[in-house]
Amino acid sequence: MTSQTQEHAPATPAAHRAVLRVDGLSVEYAGEVRACVDVSFTLRRGEILGVAGESGSGKSTLITALTRLQRPPAVTTAGRILYHGRDGGPPVDLVTLDDKALRDLRWTSLSIVLQSAMDALNPVLRLGAQFADALRAHDRRMSKKEAWQRAAELLAMVGISADRVRGYPHQLSGGMRQRAAIALALACRPDLVVMDEPTTAVDVVMQRQILSQVLRLRDELGFAVVFVTHDLSLLLEVADRIAIMYAGRIVEIGTARALYTGPKHPYTQGLRDSFPPLHAPLRPLSGIPGSPPDLRRPPPGCAFHPRCPERFDGCDRILPELVPAAGHEVACLLYPAGGDR
Amino acid sequence: MSEPVLEARDVAKHFPVGRRGVVRAVEDATLALLPGRIVALVGESGSGKTTLARVLARFYPPTSGEVLLHGRAGTGRRGYHSDVQLIFQDPFGSLNPLHRVRYNLERALRLHHRTRDRRELERQVLDLLERVSLSPAGDFVDKFPHELSGGQRQRVVIARALAVRPKVLLGDEPISMLDVSIRLDMLNLLARLRDEDGLALLYITHDIASARYLCDDIVVMYAGRMIEGGPKEDVIARPRHPYTKLLIESSPDPGRGEDDRAALFDGADELGEPPSLVNPPAGCRFHPRCPFAMPECEQSPPPRTDLGGGHWAHCWLHQKGRAGDLASTTHAAAPALRAAGPADAPGAADDCGDGKEEGP
Repeated sequence: MTSQTQEHAPATPAAHRAVLRVDGLSVEYAGEVRACVDVSFTLRRGEILGVAGESGSGKSTLITALTRLQRPPAVTTAGRILYHGRDGGPPVDLVTLDDKALRDLRWTSLSIVLQSAMDALNPVLRLGAQFADALRAHDRRMSKKEAWQRAAELLAMVGISADRVRGYPHQLSGGMRQRAAIALALACRPDLVVMDEPTTAVDVVMQRQILSQVLRLRDELGFAVVFVTHDLSLLLEVADRIAIMYAGRIVEIGTARALYTGPKHPYTQGLRDSFPPLHAPLRPLSGIPGSPPDLRRPPPGCAFHPRCPERFDGCDRILPELVPAAGHEVACLLYPAGGDR
Repeated sequence: MSEPVLEARDVAKHFPVGRRGVVRAVEDATLALLPGRIVALVGESGSGKTTLARVLARFYPPTSGEVLLHGRAGTGRRGYHSDVQLIFQDPFGSLNPLHRVRYNLERALRLHHRTRDRRELERQVLDLLERVSLSPAGDFVDKFPHELSGGQRQRVVIARALAVRPKVLLGDEPISMLDVSIRLDMLNLLARLRDEDGLALLYITHDIASARYLCDDIVVMYAGRMIEGGPKEDVIARPRHPYTKLLIESSPDPGRGEDDRAALFDGADELGEPPSLVNPPAGCRFHPRCPFAMPECEQSPPPRTDLGGGHWAHCWLHQKGRAGDLASTTHAAAPALRAAGPADAPGAADDCGDGKEEGP
């Protein structure tokens, strides 16, 4: 488990530029369902890490654990989430952080964008007031007037005209609300933004606008993003690196390009081929037979083996570890540790 | 070519809101479904595609225009639904949770075919489950809906529609609530029903890539109007309406090259949003967002231009000899081009009305 942490650090000197290092994270629901098992990855500053998986893959559980927003019966049972601040000081472990210290980190270091902006914005407060709340909680010297002014600037940053600062959430379209929620998440200049299906509830054109803005703002402001979605075809276009989750584990992690051109894990291959192409020549595709496992009774060995077209003797007994394979990492017995193939 | 099974002619559907308001959800919709062919109806939420499907399923009467089954209007309700079945988006909400799969399927057989014989019912139910690849059927027939996965439930929904032995299936986003890895299976099943049983299918979706995979023809809707249609590869490779182009440029496509991606996304910050249908823009409903808009576009709705090979579009560019403007730029780049100076449209005139000249 811990032996993997060094391998997750990139080969280049960027290790000290990590903003988040997740190490052996496991989350259980009431001790019965292991929704996240031994998840490890490193997120570099300014990087967009995509997390893709189907329902029940543990991606939402991972998000609530990362942001410490989980509620009982979910419990983090093992692992660390090391956050490296901008100041270069020693990292803090988000898993064990007390509430006060956590509050200080929220918004200024770590923020979240949820799938439905209507749930994230307060329906009875003007947009400006919600921005002012967040801004003034973290900078007590900021006057109300300054805060409202800053709110207008932040909204302008995502293409919402400044006069909307006096409007209520219901007066915005769904897409605008989601953009406002992103501006709000960026209000205190965090260096890590966690996005949970941020564009699933909007149409493709709005999705494109929002992603275009996120990419531009990332370049300008330098925050890192953990971007969780079921839509791998989208991640392949916006993420720098992608982690594929299945039954609570990361089964493959690598650059978006590597995952598109040379996916290693049979599940990743199946998932990639579940998205018909928009322009490339069409051929019959088949998806992945069967359905995702019931996490109350996960299959022994590799959780994917009952659906796997390449399973062989041992897949139903031996749990594969995440090991390096040709530039990325994969957890599959086809790729034994140390033997790149 | 065979006769259409189901046709919509100039169908409009308006819903009253408040005291005097009217939502113009669908206008001037004309569509024909042929046996053994799949038409994809593509558009964003609020474009009217679900309303049109519901008019076609006779959930509501059209405000104007007519719906013809086998060329006739006014078929009785039971008779109509013996031929036309609708599959909903949500497989969780469309099966009675209190009854087993067997009951859900038997009911359709009893109602539509007056099948009474127990053994015959059993045989047909098992047969239906096998047809939607729920096998061995014996394992599924006594399950309750909550014991099935989303994909299995949607198969039961399709099996129930097939129990009626319809000629037309209307699928309203039938895969969008399913897990990614099982969506293709469902699309392949629909394709099989087209090929083996000669069903006429309407596939409603917001996902152009899945429409391309499954269908034969694509019709694009925007703000309640059909704006472009034709054979799928023509429409996707050479969109002839600015909105269709925007939709295709915005859709995820991992196969794009890095340069293409940069060209499409840098500056794609402001692409606008669809209008309200209570008070839609005059003329072409897309004109407030259209980088190519001309004075005509604000005044009257564009007529239909036939572009050859069954491809058509409602856009003034084709009437004004400016079709070349559309092909030569992207939506992300267009506003900057326009700001730089009015397009002088050199040599665009020869582009009009010809869908094939830039083919491979």
